[in-house]
Amino acid sequence: MNLAPDLPPIAALAVAVLALAGAAVALTGAIGLLRFKTFYDRVHPPTLSTSLGLFCIVLASIVTFSVLGTRLAIHELLLFFFVTMTLPVSMMLLARAALFRDRVEAFDKELAAEVRAAAQQEAADLAAAQAEAAALAAVDERPGHDEDAAYGRD
Amino acid sequence: MTREVLAIALFVAQAMLALALCLCVYRLIRGPRAQDRVTAIDSLYMNALLSIVLVGIRTGSELYFEAALVIALAGFTSTSAVAKFLMRGEVIE
Repeated sequence: MNLAPDLPPIAALAVAVLALAGAAVALTGAIGLLRFKTFYDRVHPPTLSTSLGLFCIVLASIVTFSVLGTRLAIHELLLFFFVTMTLPVSMMLLARAALFRDRVEAFDKELAAEVRAAAQQEAADLAAAQAEAAALAAVDERPGHDEDAAYGRD
Repeated sequence: MTREVLAIALFVAQAMLALALCLCVYRLIRGPRAQDRVTAIDSLYMNALLSIVLVGIRTGSELYFEAALVIALAGFTSTSAVAKFLMRGEVIE
């Protein structure tokens, strides 16, 4: 556990502060991912760790390797720029996919409700028609009821 | 003395990142829908990348930087592919 680069005090202090800050920001993002309620809230906190957290830790890495190699080492910035450019693209794609899925689901639910309402209406109509037919049949079956006489026919 | 302080600070930072990884795994297992799980795995690889850069600082070796770059590349590709899959039902049309 006692493994750390041998840096002069000021550089060591800077690296320690930057690493702690970056890790704290990343932890905050993870807590936000855990605790927010809806998906559209939860998309946001992880970007905290990928922007500010990554920036702090990359800065700590730049300080470390610049001091260790006694020359300016800025190739870590490549990592920062790459992630900063690609992350919005993937998050945007993901949010659009989620929106699409939610809309499709809402549409399906609406459609199912409409179909159910139409089926109920049809069943009610059928029951009413059957009741009417039964009433007419009961009138026909009545004793002494002569349909021809009722209509004045021989 | 400064070396011990730096070692402790880096250890604490790595512990924080490990905790963040655990929270992401919890969301990955729990997450009610597919998009929550994809967000969780995206956050997971990003925290792993940060933790690998910290390991690179700790050992003073430049190799870990390349590993972090590869993780960033693979993570972006996989997240985009899965998002496309969620939207269209297939990745390559």
